[in-house]
Amino acid sequence: MERPGASRQSTRARARRIARRTGFWFSVAVIVSPAILVFLWMLSLSLKNEIDNLAYPPVFIPDPPTLKNYVQVFTENAMGLYFWNSVVVSGCATLIALAVGVPAGYGIARLQAHRFTVLILIARMTPALSYLIPLFTVFQFLGLNNTLTALVITHLVITVPIVVYVMAGYFETLPKELEEAALIDGGSAWTLFRYVALPLARPGIVVGTILAFIFSWNNFVFGAVLAGRATRTLPAAVYNVLTFEQLAWGPLAAAAIVVTLPVLLLTVVIQKEIVAGLTAGGVKA
Amino acid sequence: MPPGSNNPVALGRNSAAVAAPRPPSAFFARRRRNYRRFIIPAVVVVGAVIVFPWMFTVWMSAFDWKIGSVAHFVGFDNYVGLATNQRFLESIGHTFYFTLLAVVLPLVLGTIAALIFHREFPMRGVLRAVFTMPMMATPVAVALVWTMMFHPQQGVLNYLLSLVGLPPSLWVYSPTLVIPSLVMVEIWHWTPLVMLIVLGGLAALPIEPYESARLDGATEWQLFRYITLPLIAPFLVVAAVIRTIDAVKAFDTIYVISQGGPGTASETINLYLYLQAFAFYNVGNASAVVVVFFAIILALALLLLHVRQRTRWVAM
Repeated sequence: MERPGASRQSTRARARRIARRTGFWFSVAVIVSPAILVFLWMLSLSLKNEIDNLAYPPVFIPDPPTLKNYVQVFTENAMGLYFWNSVVVSGCATLIALAVGVPAGYGIARLQAHRFTVLILIARMTPALSYLIPLFTVFQFLGLNNTLTALVITHLVITVPIVVYVMAGYFETLPKELEEAALIDGGSAWTLFRYVALPLARPGIVVGTILAFIFSWNNFVFGAVLAGRATRTLPAAVYNVLTFEQLAWGPLAAAAIVVTLPVLLLTVVIQKEIVAGLTAGGVKA
Repeated sequence: MPPGSNNPVALGRNSAAVAAPRPPSAFFARRRRNYRRFIIPAVVVVGAVIVFPWMFTVWMSAFDWKIGSVAHFVGFDNYVGLATNQRFLESIGHTFYFTLLAVVLPLVLGTIAALIFHREFPMRGVLRAVFTMPMMATPVAVALVWTMMFHPQQGVLNYLLSLVGLPPSLWVYSPTLVIPSLVMVEIWHWTPLVMLIVLGGLAALPIEPYESARLDGATEWQLFRYITLPLIAPFLVVAAVIRTIDAVKAFDTIYVISQGGPGTASETINLYLYLQAFAFYNVGNASAVVVVFFAIILALALLLLHVRQRTRWVAM
């Protein structure tokens, strides 16, 4: 492959290339490993018995792995109920947000109603706790505290702005010519929306739905303040029930995995769309 | 955070709107009234769950009211009380310290990560997916795992320190280390978001300046410093704005890991607010905290957006 005369030079060049490639892969490892190691440690804690979890030096590989911790959180801590609560709250809040947010996004895009988007931008900047105090007071007055209804209403604070934002951005990218053509054929504004714009907007709706669902699912403080024992959402339950009533690491890690796994699966399944959705909005500089 | 607040979509949309005002066609202008109907349901919902709480908060901040007792109108007394409240003023200091670290470090690391992921290499897609996983993970769940990792006796972090010959650390149990430790979690959680935003910026870079600079003998560092960095500056500012808003509002991680402790060493404005509202049910005082808190967030965001206008002018 190499000419004999050039061999010394090419050896040095190859050494440099190998050194550079090693350095590159080393930096990839440094950057990626914290992300994966925390999740692996979480998995390891959840699959070990309590003696191994408290051992020092730490036991890294569960031997033998046990599902005892998972069984315990579902049988002794009603994890199933909390999981269902979370599904109901995030599901309803996302559906309502879609019902009002998709048409609103369309209206905003067609009206160029940017004052409304500025309002929603400010809403996103406001700390979540600030909504909680007034809503808590009103729910107290209405007797709605400790109900799933109160939680669904509060979660609209998260889901509606996300859906409106994503949809307004998406509808703005759709060509108006199709709708103008449909109008000449005698369609009303509603027909244009329902039969022309809406089917075209399906990718935007998928991104909006999943982002809204994830952010609602991950919310902790609304559930922690507004929910009663039976109406807690998963993040609030994991914190309240498990940290106060028992200090065992295995069940805690198992519960943490139960909370996070659905979100991670959703993220992996629609990886490209989420990245596109998050970045497309972020980079229109 | 929102929760989640970390939505770059928000800022992006708005900036696009400001940057490119397109006049609506006359055709659509005639039909404005029809389109307004599409917005009405959202206006009602946003009015009820977002605008109403704002107004209620401002109104309540003028009362001395604990839940279960009678409210007294006190005017600006709550604000005057905050201005002289040592604990509240310290919480502002903690918030700024936390925010500074939790913005600058993810920005630097996220840019480095973006430069790495911008190159072609085997398994890039898979590794990028793994790298971005923390961003979507439920903050409370992750915070619980970090709590166990920070444990001074049985925690895995001190074991890792001992492997490289370093003395064990108290992590979140030390008043001086608690905020940097919490920032570590924040870095782990949100560096991927910065990486994605910067990666978007890198993807849009032109090739020509690099080719001509290489012909002139520029080094890799010069290419980065004088071509890449100015061109991605607007993206860095977008990332900085999003990161700042989220870091100022950070709650879940701090609440779960340190509860603002030890003592009040990591009590940020948001933690102080939570205690006032939901431990002491001091609604009037908590409402005043919200108003001050919001003013701080708005001021920081406007400051950064001002910087953004300037960077765009310089860089583009």
